[in-house]
Amino acid sequence: MKYLPLLLGNFRRHRVRVALTLGSFAVALFLFCVLIAIRGAFNQGVEAAGADRILVVNKVSLIQPLPLAYRDRVARVPGVKDLTFAHWFGGVYQDEKNFFPQFAVDHTTWRQMYTEFRVPEEQWRALAADKAGAVVGKVTAERFGWKVGDRIPIKGAIYPGDWEFNLVGIYEGTRPQDDLSQFWFRWDYWAEKVEPDIKGYVGWYVVRVDKGHDAVTVVKTIDSAFANSPFETRTQSEAAFMASFVEQMGNIGFLMTAIGAVVFFTLILVTGNTMAMSVRERTGELAVLKTVGFRDGAVLALVLVESCLLALLGGALGIALAKAFTMSGDPTGGLFPVFFVPGWAMGLGVAVTLAVGLLAGLLPALGARRLRVIDALRTL
Amino acid sequence: MPLPVVYNVESVRARWRTSVVAVLGIAGAVGVFVAMLALAKGFRAALVESGSAMNAIVRRAGATSEIDSAVTLTQQKVIEDALEVAHGPSGPLVSHEAVVIAAVPLRETGTDANVQVRGVTEKARLVHENVALREGRWPEPGLFELVVGKNAAASYRGVGIGDTLKLGGAGWKVVGVMDAGDTAFDSEIWCDLSLLNPVYHRPQGVAQSVVARLRSPEALEPFRQRLVGDPRMKVQVDRETDYYAKASQMMTTLVNVLGTLVAAVMGVGAVFAALNTMYSAVAERRREVATIKALGFGGSSIVLSFTLEALVISLLGGLLGCALVLPINGLTTSTMNFQTFSHLAFAFQVTPALLGIGLVFALLMGIAGGVPPALRAARMPVTVALRDL
Repeated sequence: MKYLPLLLGNFRRHRVRVALTLGSFAVALFLFCVLIAIRGAFNQGVEAAGADRILVVNKVSLIQPLPLAYRDRVARVPGVKDLTFAHWFGGVYQDEKNFFPQFAVDHTTWRQMYTEFRVPEEQWRALAADKAGAVVGKVTAERFGWKVGDRIPIKGAIYPGDWEFNLVGIYEGTRPQDDLSQFWFRWDYWAEKVEPDIKGYVGWYVVRVDKGHDAVTVVKTIDSAFANSPFETRTQSEAAFMASFVEQMGNIGFLMTAIGAVVFFTLILVTGNTMAMSVRERTGELAVLKTVGFRDGAVLALVLVESCLLALLGGALGIALAKAFTMSGDPTGGLFPVFFVPGWAMGLGVAVTLAVGLLAGLLPALGARRLRVIDALRTL
Repeated sequence: MPLPVVYNVESVRARWRTSVVAVLGIAGAVGVFVAMLALAKGFRAALVESGSAMNAIVRRAGATSEIDSAVTLTQQKVIEDALEVAHGPSGPLVSHEAVVIAAVPLRETGTDANVQVRGVTEKARLVHENVALREGRWPEPGLFELVVGKNAAASYRGVGIGDTLKLGGAGWKVVGVMDAGDTAFDSEIWCDLSLLNPVYHRPQGVAQSVVARLRSPEALEPFRQRLVGDPRMKVQVDRETDYYAKASQMMTTLVNVLGTLVAAVMGVGAVFAALNTMYSAVAERRREVATIKALGFGGSSIVLSFTLEALVISLLGGLLGCALVLPINGLTTSTMNFQTFSHLAFAFQVTPALLGIGLVFALLMGIAGGVPPALRAARMPVTVALRDL
């Protein structure tokens, strides 16, 4: 502690350089955290997927429906513990730009399937009581300033007409990767309002596999039960289903992270180099310290503490800025389901800055230690 | 009196070690910025160029894309009879189309992608002038045959000429590959409309969109008035180019926002590098600056001179960045367009305008990184600096 004034003195001497080094670390770490948040937004579906959930969709394509009559047949398959279903609605709230996913769901089974979402009991009861009721995620509710009791008009795109829903509940998540942008309303309300020839259909089934049953067998049994029917099914784990979307997004997510990684390491290297240079410049001073009686170890520690402190301060600043930035909301205006910096990313960021700080101090400091005092002083 | 520019160019060369860091930083920021813009530009172009200013697309009122639209037989007749529609040798140039999404495995990963399958009549080739046959032949009407866009042929498995693809329970034979000039049609598969509807359990005769070739681009407004005013029609009429521009909006916004965000952060980093370089350049040259001042050059010429030097560095960085991204021009990549729910291949477009924007970005970084050190140089007292001599 008694060397603190010496450390601060060193910082104060080159204020501009210290500020720039701090800034560079902050920029690098900010970029690192934001890129991980972007990557997380692209991969949200995979990260939030339930391990024991499988999805049954129409084999032809996702936009083709499945008959409601499949419900009981799927439920009878051995290993199927819970079953629910939903339908993509795809309506427009005020403007096409205000996109958020809307599902017509089976409200009697939906909540047991998606236990990661929390809805207050009385709100869910209100949904059961009100056929035109709807429950929305916290993020979307805040985005449009909706409150429980509001009437939400949505213009049908796939199912034409003006639809109106009573907002009876707002759900929250239990994990940061949970998508809080969805809008759920009752499937029976949907079926009542659409043309008679499509009311007997649902978009997809969600199945929870009982513990002790092999998910692969359940998948095969379901698909073979409907093989060669007019509505063949494709059953896969929720994670695999979500991953196929990520695969299709393809190169964009990869490009962003690849570019970001290259940039991050370049920034870190350049900054580390600048720091190392500034230690090297002060070789003469280190010699003076040794002359007045500091031991090698003490000099080394002094240099290391200084460079690590600088790196950590800069890194922490960057992480804090990234955290503030992601908390201020989705920069794309609703295209990302989630946008947050995960804890492991912050930990990794701190570790990387610390490593760079150590390395940037260690290399020149070791060089200085090998130097004989008399040679170093000669250059003064 | 300004200092000769050659002085600054020589200075950059003499201190190339520190200059390189700044040049690389700026080159990186400019490179990423231009690459992201080129991606958004290419994506948008693939969609926008799919449309023609001469064409109008008619969909059901309220439909957000073709997938959720429907146009009935009666409505199709009204459109064909409209005065504004151009005529060819075989009657009005009106193309009735339906779109379904099929799951076809990607060649690279083997995972399924959503491919747009478009049911068309023979008129489609007359209305969409940018579509031409590249290999094989066009499908015969009434046969389960397909023609595949050239990007689709390259991206998916099992869609080569002679292959049979299972779509909606029927087997379809691929008989041709079409070239649509890198537009969205190149990612599509086309077949006979009258076969697509029954296979997908849809009523015969209903189209999802109707594309009409107009007599002139100006005929759009009267055409729209006519259709919207007709009580039998509940439709929306858009110029085809506008429709496709809108279909690219979400993805373009996403890429632009993310690209700008990353480039801005990198820009700040590059400015820091430039500041570092210029501050150390100024510090090393205290005597030089003092000498120049003693010779009678004023503060403003010194500010100008050092700013110029920073601009030389940033221009080098900008040029390097542009040179680095130039090879991605024309490179094909693909992504999912959430607005049409389908997979789309497109090519990066590095245009001169984008390169210009990149250079301006570089020069802005140069000014931000050069002016503060230049001001410090100008404020340096002559006597103190000369004492070092």
